[in-house]
Amino acid sequence: MLLGKIARHFASIAALVLLGGLLSATLVRLAPGFDADEREFDPNLSAESLRAIRAERASQHNILHFYVGYLRGAAHGDLGTSRALGQPVLSLLQDRWPVTARVAGIGLLLGWVLASTLAFISTFWQRPACEIFGTTLSGAFLCVPAAVLALASVVFNSPGYLAIALIVFPKIYRYARNLLAKSYALPHVTAARSRGLGELRILARHVLPVAGPQMIALAGITVSLALGAAVPVESLCGLPGIGQLAWQAALSRDLPLLVNLTVIVTLVTLLANSSADVMIQVLRPREA
Amino acid sequence: MIGRPASTRRLQFSFRAQQGICFLLLLCFGFSVAALAQSGGQLRFCLRTEPKTLDPLLVDDEASLSIRYLTGGVLLRANRHTQDLEPELAESWRVSPDGKKITFKLRHDLHFSDGTPFSADDVAFTIKRLTDPALHSPVGDEFRAAGNAVTAQVIAPDQVSVTFPGPIVGIDRIFDELVLVSAHSTRKEAAVLGPFMIAEYKAGSSVLLERNPYYWKKDPQGRRLPYLDSIHIDIQPNRDVEMLRFKRGELDLINVLDTDYFDRLASSAPQLVHDAGPSLDSDFLWFNQVVTAPIPDYKRGWFRSTNFRRAVSEALNRGDLARIVYNGHAQPAVGPVSPSNKFWFNSNLKPEPYNPQAALDRLKADGFHLQNGVLLDSGGHPVEFSIVTNAGSKPRERMAVLIQEDLGKVGIKVNLVTLDFPSLIERISQKFNYEAAILGFRNVDIDPNGQMNIWMSSAENHAWNPQQKSPETVWEAEIDKLMRAQAETSDAKKRKQSFDRVQQIVFDEAPFIYLVNLNSLSAVSTSVAGANPVILHPQTFWNAERLILTGTATAKR
Amino acid sequence: MKPARYLACVVVVAVCAVSLSANWLAPAGSAKQFREVPDSPPSRTHLLGTDELGRDRFARVLYGTRISLLLAPAAAMVSTALAALIGGLAGYLGGIWLKLARAFTDLFLSLPWLFLLITVRALMPLNVSPLVSVLITFLILGLLGWAASARVLSTSAHALRNSDFVLQARASGLAGPRLFFIHVLPNLKPVLYAQFWISIPVFILSEANLGILGLGVAEPLPSWGSLLRELEGLLSFREEPWRLVPLFLLILVMTSFQLLLSNEEVTA
Repeated sequence: MLLGKIARHFASIAALVLLGGLLSATLVRLAPGFDADEREFDPNLSAESLRAIRAERASQHNILHFYVGYLRGAAHGDLGTSRALGQPVLSLLQDRWPVTARVAGIGLLLGWVLASTLAFISTFWQRPACEIFGTTLSGAFLCVPAAVLALASVVFNSPGYLAIALIVFPKIYRYARNLLAKSYALPHVTAARSRGLGELRILARHVLPVAGPQMIALAGITVSLALGAAVPVESLCGLPGIGQLAWQAALSRDLPLLVNLTVIVTLVTLLANSSADVMIQVLRPREA
Repeated sequence: MIGRPASTRRLQFSFRAQQGICFLLLLCFGFSVAALAQSGGQLRFCLRTEPKTLDPLLVDDEASLSIRYLTGGVLLRANRHTQDLEPELAESWRVSPDGKKITFKLRHDLHFSDGTPFSADDVAFTIKRLTDPALHSPVGDEFRAAGNAVTAQVIAPDQVSVTFPGPIVGIDRIFDELVLVSAHSTRKEAAVLGPFMIAEYKAGSSVLLERNPYYWKKDPQGRRLPYLDSIHIDIQPNRDVEMLRFKRGELDLINVLDTDYFDRLASSAPQLVHDAGPSLDSDFLWFNQVVTAPIPDYKRGWFRSTNFRRAVSEALNRGDLARIVYNGHAQPAVGPVSPSNKFWFNSNLKPEPYNPQAALDRLKADGFHLQNGVLLDSGGHPVEFSIVTNAGSKPRERMAVLIQEDLGKVGIKVNLVTLDFPSLIERISQKFNYEAAILGFRNVDIDPNGQMNIWMSSAENHAWNPQQKSPETVWEAEIDKLMRAQAETSDAKKRKQSFDRVQQIVFDEAPFIYLVNLNSLSAVSTSVAGANPVILHPQTFWNAERLILTGTATAKR
Repeated sequence: MKPARYLACVVVVAVCAVSLSANWLAPAGSAKQFREVPDSPPSRTHLLGTDELGRDRFARVLYGTRISLLLAPAAAMVSTALAALIGGLAGYLGGIWLKLARAFTDLFLSLPWLFLLITVRALMPLNVSPLVSVLITFLILGLLGWAASARVLSTSAHALRNSDFVLQARASGLAGPRLFFIHVLPNLKPVLYAQFWISIPVFILSEANLGILGLGVAEPLPSWGSLLRELEGLLSFREEPWRLVPLFLLILVMTSFQLLLSNEEVTA
């Protein structure tokens, strides 16, 4: 029964990942500029060469054909070859995913620590100055472009994960602060306080059970936020991760690389969010 | 003088001997310090884009060109400083009177980077690879310009001749781009004859080049070149980051420096920056003249009118473009050839002066008139069009905004659209659904024969109206005739006459409205000795094999 | 908290008033190029100096405020409404609807929407008016920006389904849309307000980044996004601190917005 459930769960994840790959391939194929190649502006190339260059793309015109071929290759461990970099996608990803996992992972963790600390302090102390400080600080980092934060980390020689932490923490802070504030404003918390319960007990017994599931759901989506933040940070800080590839792949319409990147992002997003769902179910079985 | 006592003489001698020994010691010490300071170290700089290929015969983009320049061995090298052709792997060469055959005498005892000996076989092998019809690259197309039947004959292990089916203009110059590959090495293209070889390539991040232990060149003292141990090249598209790293001493040179950064560095550390003068690069504006383009007929009428195009040219303040966008590190351009290309530049041409009144008069002649500050054509349509350009080039975007205001002063409304490069290419060369565009040429060939595909009306890169079945205007027919004429003779004077006339026609008809010629700006750290930035690519490291990293810098690493 | 909220109100009203009176405060306009003084420091004629093309930065901030402060909150409302409808409704309905909505949202979060934006630009005529271009841009941002908070909302709404007051409301005969809009939706406010507040600067910055695809505010119109992109030339701040003024202004406005929004929670 449980095994069946798990199997169904993974099957649905797999189906969604495959659908994601196909949809992204379609988006890339239909966007203008798919057939375009910079070499068309090279006056040193003959007409014949230009025709041959245009014909190179023809094999990727039929999206279904391309995708079926890709899946067949993927089943044998061949994820295709990157058009822009001329290297097998599998080796590119193998070399780069640890860098992204590290930078985005540590950045996300740090972002959560920063945001939760600030949110809890703001909620506990309940002084207007605290609220204004928290809002202004998170607002400041929200208003600074991600590229500027990445550049700043180059200027100050600070690690890339700090930039990612500063990019994601304002969003986490705002949600967390609002959720905590709302939970603390609930009638049963006021009642518990009036009964003289300690703050820690109130937090553990009355606030976290209410705010907790939503915070866990928030944790799930912050994974995709961190991955998104990794793109400008890796590119500007020169970190050889997957994010550095993504922007380049997008602008050069590198279909094999883009499909693989979407598959990875979809998989990570689905796993993060469904893990969050599972955790919520485990903690609050009566909500299932 | 009275003779000195013997003892004093001995002392004097020994003192002199001591002086002499000291001097010798100092000399040796000095030499060894110099030797230590002069050899070794790692040069570091950035490339702005990913090199698309490491196969020297397929190279087309600037990043790959840079890597090929540093690793490849060529028979003849165009000295980037003097622009003279110099012997490289060939110690001498001879061109036949009909311009169809060139014979090289190769140097002896040369080896590829893996030890494989170099001989005429390798030249023949490389030429054979070039004639593969499946090979599509600028080098291949240049060699096959007169036909596919290019053959190489090995006359002796150190002599080879290359025969072309037809006369090739500048037959010896094209060998500057032909990097030789080994016929026998198991490492194929990885075995190189240049000063450096690729040690590590991290796609998307960096390239590490190391000294080629078999490189043949020696300095006048007989020391093996290159002086450097290695070159580390990062791939960094962002210019702000590149600048930051240069200022921090993490990079040794910036090959192409933005004018903003040039001025900032010049005010704090003028010894680091170099302005080599006007480069061969140019930026220009052109109108879509394709008959079948999906634009309204009345607009097509404007764009195909010479008066309209010349009026637009007169309404542009090129001085402001050079002054404001490039902080004075550019000059108003007059045509496809930059004045620094002294031989080919038509010195009778002067840039179109800024004259909005003359522009309006010219437009009136075509039936346009101003009404409430808006220019209307003879059919009453307000003159409004869009200019597309590529995003990511701040100078071009800024020039476009200045042009928008200049044309606004003569009642023309301009809408600016910046697009990503693939979308732009699709519009300009495939679908032709654009009205006007601003782009530029980089790494332009000195010899105009390299621009045949721009000026011939039947060619693909005849940007304003490509692939015409027959010339649609009288002046395009004349340009076709003149370009063919310059390609069919090797008499430099005759060729110049023809191409001067082409430049005059381009000025008169303005199919391309040239904006500015940029100066070649670069930055080189003081720890790099021997650098001599020039206007031709690769501007700062064209003499990489002779660059030296001085002592303090090597100590830091 | 009250004095702070009053101050916030004053700030927002002042900023709106000043931006609406841009025509009087900066009559030369945001596009006029004072070509003799490009990149100049603040002076009496140019309070925040000029940009690299000689355009008055103070005028550009004023005119840019109109566009960004009007359209970014509007787009934020669109994305918040979509998040509430998709995430909130699915969570409230539960069962297969919740599963479908979650799958749809997760997929939505992972796709490369850059290509949709490029396609939209290609479908638009080249000579579209700058106003239409920016309206379309913000509309698209609103339509694309709902997914993350929808995910959180689905969890919140699902939790509320079995809460006491909802059961009570059901018992007293309330059902369907009325139950959702009257009892469930108001309790989703923390997430909805957070979504709205975060979206404003995110959309302002995204609009500027979309400039490279041909979308966004077209030259010569200014926007806060393009003013903030000036920050990318980071190296010169010590010499040109006035370039940070748009950033400080935006932070001030965002803080004021938040203080105005948080009228219930903080005083508990």
